[in-house]
Amino acid sequence: MSDQRMIPDVIKGAVYVVGDHIDTDQIIPAQYLSLDPSRPQERKKFGWYALCGLPESSQGLPKGALPFAAEEQPPGRFPIIIAGKNFGCGSSREHACIALQEAGVRAVIAEFFARIFYRNSINGGYLIPCDSQQTRLCDTIATGMEAELILSNPSKPVLHVAALKTSWTLGPLGDVLPIVEAGDLFTYARRQGLIAREAQ
Amino acid sequence: MGMTLTEKILAKAAGRSRVEPDDTVWVNVDVLMTHDVCGPPTIGIFHEQFGKTARVWDREKVVIIPDHYIFTQDENARRNVDTLRRFASEQRLPYYYDVGTERYKGVCHIALAEEGHTRPGEVLLGTDSHTCTAGAFGEFATGVGNTEAAFVMGTGKLWLRVPPTLRFIFDGKLPAYLMAKDLILHVIGTIGVDGGTYRALEFDGEGVYSLSMEERMTLVNMTIEAGGKNGLINPDEVTIASVKARSSKPFEPLRRDADATWLKEYRFNCASLEPTVAKPSSPDRRATAREVARTKLDRAYLGSCTGGKITDFIAAARILHRQRVKVDTFVVPATTQIAKGLETTTVNGQTLKTIFEAAGCTLGPPSCGACLGGPLDTLGRLNDPIVCISSTSRNFPGRMGHKQAQVYLASPMTVAASAVRGEITDPREFLA
Repeated sequence: MSDQRMIPDVIKGAVYVVGDHIDTDQIIPAQYLSLDPSRPQERKKFGWYALCGLPESSQGLPKGALPFAAEEQPPGRFPIIIAGKNFGCGSSREHACIALQEAGVRAVIAEFFARIFYRNSINGGYLIPCDSQQTRLCDTIATGMEAELILSNPSKPVLHVAALKTSWTLGPLGDVLPIVEAGDLFTYARRQGLIAREAQ
Repeated sequence: MGMTLTEKILAKAAGRSRVEPDDTVWVNVDVLMTHDVCGPPTIGIFHEQFGKTARVWDREKVVIIPDHYIFTQDENARRNVDTLRRFASEQRLPYYYDVGTERYKGVCHIALAEEGHTRPGEVLLGTDSHTCTAGAFGEFATGVGNTEAAFVMGTGKLWLRVPPTLRFIFDGKLPAYLMAKDLILHVIGTIGVDGGTYRALEFDGEGVYSLSMEERMTLVNMTIEAGGKNGLINPDEVTIASVKARSSKPFEPLRRDADATWLKEYRFNCASLEPTVAKPSSPDRRATAREVARTKLDRAYLGSCTGGKITDFIAAARILHRQRVKVDTFVVPATTQIAKGLETTTVNGQTLKTIFEAAGCTLGPPSCGACLGGPLDTLGRLNDPIVCISSTSRNFPGRMGHKQAQVYLASPMTVAASAVRGEITDPREFLA
């Protein structure tokens, strides 16, 4: 196993903007939770339903009424989500991170995260959660704008939005950086010798 | 300087003499719980990471309680329970509570307590955000994801950051018209749905210690609705007696040091609080029942880990005795033990079941039910944009089903009073 660094230098693409307190029921409604993400043919469907619990007015700020995903839609339309406060609050369902990953989301930038969502993102290696350090990006950036999240220095991530001719310095990944760099909790634990290097 | 209860438990679990807020520690886990929604993916990750023939780290410490999607025709839901059953059998897990058998329990957080899996001083992790409920027993209990649960299954350990503590003191006993639900809705309304993020919420004062274990569980259960990492109550003789009646395992109750320090302290006088609701669509949209009185309702719902315990139904039955409900009213006991209790517990000489049936309520089988919406055929699910008052925990958009449904959260007493009038009603109107 190589000790490859799993953080990309840059994540580029269109952003999808949501507001405060987007809970995991809105990210993936409970009616889809009988799908088992450990089965590949079921896992991909989480991407189709990602964020389908958002009320119409909250679907892609500032205008709304732009559904994030749809059935059979290929992933990757919005690789970056910009959110307000407390993204991912509510239920502990890891399916929320999986839904966003399956839809092609690679990073979420929020003022701050609900803790279980944050841990799931990092420990499962689904996406990179960055905090905007109190800057209210969700009121400034519009859905569909092209952005670059520059992670080459993970202690000082930078978000650049060309349409606004603006860059913002985001909060450092901090204590969890070694897990993000490893890719997920299991890879990190193997590198640290906390568990056996290979599955038995 | 002393430690809070959260700090003491985490220090012990980490094998350290002391920890401080923001320390990151690896803790030994005493109990890992999972259920039918998060269990199958957890098992998938466990086998992928530790191998097809891997064994759980300690089969006495893994508890599996199917409870979410039980009474549904959803084929995947049944398949998921089959996955749990097979795993429990392969691993010879003594604490698997199978669907369709005498062992079936229902809502995991209540079943954990009934079956003696909640013990003071321990660390309990579960793949469900309301795992925090067990903090009522003076233990550290919090929700984790599937990856984390799979890691614990194989190693018995997990990294945790020590949270700073917020302390909530309730002075004086609760008046007859208040329940623990009113207290916690008041707390959430005070600090917001993010006010407890990354923090431990410790509950204290005469108002808390005069509560039954069930009511204490309601109080701590909704810690997560304030974003809290864990909630807890220092154990007293009520806690110890309750645990000893259900568990023969040894445990070591810990209590906060006299000189412990916390981030912030909040103090409330129980006598000055009123029956409280959370308006649509966030648990922190606090109002008094009086302020939203006469809001027209389409439905009332009594159930879940938050509001489906025997004490919740006794409180509701006191109001529903010799009354008729004006809106569809669902009564869904959290567990099979509580369902049996509906047939044996009496109020004014009648069983709770008789009272609910005579009032025109629909009784459902024990499970998480419509609290989280669930499959479309779930009893009581809000399949239309209707207005519902509920004793459950969460009212974010779509939580109980339809995105445009309006859910008011309230105590079982307020739900019952409102069901009788068909509009939101302060339960004091029935208790005079």
